[in-house]
Amino acid sequence: MSEARKTGTDRVKRGMAEMQKGGVIMDVVNAEQAKIAEQAGAVAVMALERVPSDIRAAGGVARMADPRVIEEVMNAVSIPVMAKARIGHFVEARLLESMGVDYIDESEVLTPADDMFHIDKSRFTVPFVCGARDLGEALRRIGEGASMIRTKGEPGTGNIVEAVRHMRKMQAQINQVKSMSRDELMAEAKKLGAPYELLLQVHETGKLPVVNFAAGGVATPADAALMMHLGSDGVFVGSGIFKSENPEKFARAIVQATIHYEDFALIAEVSKNLGTAMPGIEISKLRAEDRMQERGW
Amino acid sequence: MKIGVLALQGAVREHVRQLEAAGATAVTVKHAKEFADLDGLVIPGGESTTISKLMREYQLTEPVLEMHRAGKPVFGTCAGLIMIAKQIDGQEDAHLGLMDVSVKRNAFGRQRESFEVEIPVKKVADDFQAVFIRAPYIEKAGEGVDVLAEVDGKIVAAQQGTLLGVAFHPELTEDIRFHAYFVELVRQSLAVSVR
Repeated sequence: MSEARKTGTDRVKRGMAEMQKGGVIMDVVNAEQAKIAEQAGAVAVMALERVPSDIRAAGGVARMADPRVIEEVMNAVSIPVMAKARIGHFVEARLLESMGVDYIDESEVLTPADDMFHIDKSRFTVPFVCGARDLGEALRRIGEGASMIRTKGEPGTGNIVEAVRHMRKMQAQINQVKSMSRDELMAEAKKLGAPYELLLQVHETGKLPVVNFAAGGVATPADAALMMHLGSDGVFVGSGIFKSENPEKFARAIVQATIHYEDFALIAEVSKNLGTAMPGIEISKLRAEDRMQERGW
Repeated sequence: MKIGVLALQGAVREHVRQLEAAGATAVTVKHAKEFADLDGLVIPGGESTTISKLMREYQLTEPVLEMHRAGKPVFGTCAGLIMIAKQIDGQEDAHLGLMDVSVKRNAFGRQRESFEVEIPVKKVADDFQAVFIRAPYIEKAGEGVDVLAEVDGKIVAAQQGTLLGVAFHPELTEDIRFHAYFVELVRQSLAVSVR
């Protein structure tokens, strides 16, 4: 029987992301935070050395986290553990895979290792999530083997505007492609820089072939609910939780707001007395070279 | 016939699609008041830690127990199987504690060990494509439990009366035979309650 088992198939890799739907994935930097996240109802944690806002503050080159930190987090919780590799850094990704990390984020939050090419993710058994700002970018990543997509937003800013822009754009483009006639698709694929076969799938099904989460700027329960209304399948919260005054309460509130995103009275209730959210950054005040969303090709 | 899919988190849409393809009316439920007029319930795959926590928080445990007492079928897949099991390896408390089985969580390993395989499922199909994602398995099954499928000697699908527990994800393929089997269970339970 075991010889017929197939690991790392599209169905197994994409299916893992399906199980995360409706949930919140939280950035954590140690075992203690990971336990708080799990207790609060996170569906997975992202193990990091520093959250995006600290990466932003520190400057310099941001790399894959110390494997010891990741291991510590993996040992602390029973929910899935994700970790980030630099764009194009397939060796960091192989290290994470060998450690048994459940999902790899090829992430623009870290300094890219390759300014031309992303990782050939289809060759890995472990699934990948990648950031995207529009449909073309999402389909290029899926073409390379990504099993889950998230908006890029602008990480570590606590400002939701970019995530909203990316999600709205993706949804608008999906609707457009869906309503096109089939003979327009090749020209559209060329325009978007998207693989034709994947664009054809979007045309036929009216949705991305993989799960699509929101990320990059979610700082309040209402932000999370907003992204769910815009069509996100779930939410990544990076700096928002452990940079807030009361992480435990904050984490629980974000989980509830994501599940009950249509229940405004409940969101109002869980938003009471949360203390100060993380300090935010106005996007126009960011220098061009500090915009993480421009990373990736 | 109206079947609910517990919609706290996880693969909800897929179950709804499969149930409807199998001829049932499927609705998503996440509030206690929505359970009363259901004829059957699916507890989907997702993160069992998250789902169990939220079920307690929103007081959904009692409505499910009530459905079970009324003879309405309950179908748990992956995390859903963990939810309905009477015993969970390494944990003191069970969640709903309905089915006389002991389950082991993440029993096949982490995500990189997740797999799909074609297996025979008793009463359902000779050739079912079963997708296992960080899946549990049943370590021990009580006397009244009918084992439906195994992988490498581990029980991965079982039935006990109106309870159906599966370690894999029949909602992730287009094959509706497992859902059709559950819909049939619900239909039979309705026939019994009419009599």
